Amino acid sequence: MNVALKTSQPGPAPDRLFAVARDRLPGAGPVAQARARAFEAFAQQGLPNRRIEQWKYTDLRAKLGEVAPLAPPPGDTALAGAAAAVKKLAASSGALTFVLVDGVYAASLSANATTVPGVRVRSLREFLDDPAEAARAEVLTSGAGEAMESLNAAMATDGLVIEVAAGAALTSAIRLVHVATRSAASAFTRSVVTVGRGAQATVVEQFVAAPGAAGYQSHDALVVRLAEDARLQHVRLMEEALDAANISHAYFTLDARARLNSFNLTRGAGLSRYQGVVTLAGEGGELATNGVNLLGGQRHGDTTLLVDHQAPGCVSREAFRSVLDQQGHSVFQGRIVVRPGAQQTDGKMMTRALLLSDEAEIDNKPELEIFADDVSCGHGATAGALDQTLLFYLMARGLPEVDAQAMLIEAFVGEAIETIADDAWREVAFDAARRWLSARD
Amino acid sequence: MALLEVKDLHVRVEEREILHGLTLTVNKGEVHAIMGPNGSGKSTLSHVIAGKPGYQVTDGEILFKGEDLLAMAPDERAAKGVFLAFQYPVEIPGVATMTFLRTALNAQRKARGESELSTPDFLKKVREVAARLSIPQDMLRRGVNVGFSGGEKKRNEVLQMALFEPSLCILDEMDSGLDIDALRVAADGVNALRSPERAMVVITHYQRLLDYIVPDVVHVMSKGRVVKSGGKDLALELEASGYAQFEDAAA
Repeated sequence: MNVALKTSQPGPAPDRLFAVARDRLPGAGPVAQARARAFEAFAQQGLPNRRIEQWKYTDLRAKLGEVAPLAPPPGDTALAGAAAAVKKLAASSGALTFVLVDGVYAASLSANATTVPGVRVRSLREFLDDPAEAARAEVLTSGAGEAMESLNAAMATDGLVIEVAAGAALTSAIRLVHVATRSAASAFTRSVVTVGRGAQATVVEQFVAAPGAAGYQSHDALVVRLAEDARLQHVRLMEEALDAANISHAYFTLDARARLNSFNLTRGAGLSRYQGVVTLAGEGGELATNGVNLLGGQRHGDTTLLVDHQAPGCVSREAFRSVLDQQGHSVFQGRIVVRPGAQQTDGKMMTRALLLSDEAEIDNKPELEIFADDVSCGHGATAGALDQTLLFYLMARGLPEVDAQAMLIEAFVGEAIETIADDAWREVAFDAARRWLSARD
Repeated sequence: MALLEVKDLHVRVEEREILHGLTLTVNKGEVHAIMGPNGSGKSTLSHVIAGKPGYQVTDGEILFKGEDLLAMAPDERAAKGVFLAFQYPVEIPGVATMTFLRTALNAQRKARGESELSTPDFLKKVREVAARLSIPQDMLRRGVNVGFSGGEKKRNEVLQMALFEPSLCILDEMDSGLDIDALRVAADGVNALRSPERAMVVITHYQRLLDYIVPDVVHVMSKGRVVKSGGKDLALELEASGYAQFEDAAA
């Protein structure tokens, strides 16, 4: 897949990338200035390479080669293809679906949220173009100036701005579907979710391709803020085309006693990086962040997580599973930082890999950085093959080898998928895992 | 035609030969006991019949209902009606017992060209069998054998035997790790499955189990061969005199 991306027609030089796209990007004044600064930050650093510690196992300069040009806005054909792709997706009934096609919000394929009490949904374009929004430039400056995040801030064409009102308990999940219909082009999206004090919500993100989309890139960012006592279930299912690239960022900030359960499944894309930063900013926050990488062929999937305990008395749990076939390569970098004063922190991280082939590869890198003295933190990492004794037991009971393997693999990844609290979305995640098990691609 | 015919079977594990020309014939309706000291090759025989990897058959053959069993994968053997009750049933976290039972049963039925059991029919059948074996419903919801006691694990093996209705049951050291009450429950479950259409091979080190599952034929194994066969009284004789006499016979 690296080859496919590298041999696509030469994209614009970095400076041109922004210059050509500029007039299509929403937001004037402070927004445009924020974009220019963000692009400057990206242009100075360029694509991350292996000499940058955080990108050691995922050298974008080598694997991605270059950033593909911005995809054209979707026309009728693209929208029809996207509608068909969305229709095919399993979803829990009653979800409020919002669709982004090649990085552009498609109102005609999306729910009408104005009728749902307790939630306000706008497109990012509408939000950035609204001069009455004093804070509109801020959504482009939530990152730490890291290259890929800066690129996303500079180029973000659209996305969703979701506000859940204080005290609201949403019964319907809010679902963002990213559909690619493009080939050899990029989409840049950025979405913002704020969950008000004491409110409860479920947000689901799905990344899929319409038939025919190939060799494309998706650059996404999600910025989430949970106010005091808010609760959020976040489910991300990444099922991009197998020759696509997905570079995503997620920022979560939890105020006091907020609870976040976040799950990510990487089943698509030839090259992917999911980079999450969770900041426990208020006392008594609770975080569960779990993930599954399912990778065959020559695919490369990187999950990099930073859990930042800034306030005392917070709990964080990370369970990460990867299953690798053929020459699949999974990377898990998990760092727990406990700041001075974040006493009574309880942080645990466990990552396990199952290698189904001799050529598969896993890089597990758990890290703890603790600057407080009264904490309980731990991490563990394992990697191994399927247990032959269990496999024989299942076969001796009549399961063909492939089915026996699938049953054991499903149980292995199930430990992470089971953490999704919502029954319907847990089943959707299991279905995505089963689709991989039957294809092992 | 005999149900199971093992002819002059030679089996190696790595460089060591464990079975040196073993011959055994089992007809349907019969219960055979295979006794012998540790290391005589009893468990190896059961593993080779079920198809466990890691054993190399260098000579001889195994026919099941006249077909070459050694040419079949373990799952094909199961579908044909071979069932091995494991000495140490494995724990499979994350796979609910009910899901496992249903997947296995339907895989066997599919391999035989039969239709899958409907959910109500399956549940009815499992509940019936579980009740007979005093297996509580919550055990069926747990991971396969996870947190089960030794007795519960063996009862779960008998439950599968009852559900899959195999024509040959091989019980590998079913008595190991069981107290007398647990043994009785498991043995009652096995006895309920005795039928003119089904044969059983009961592998055991001790005579005790044979008080509960009374065999038609008893074989004594030593050093990789059957060295003596006889009626059920042979087991009692062994209990009195021990295996030492046969060690010489095999040499």
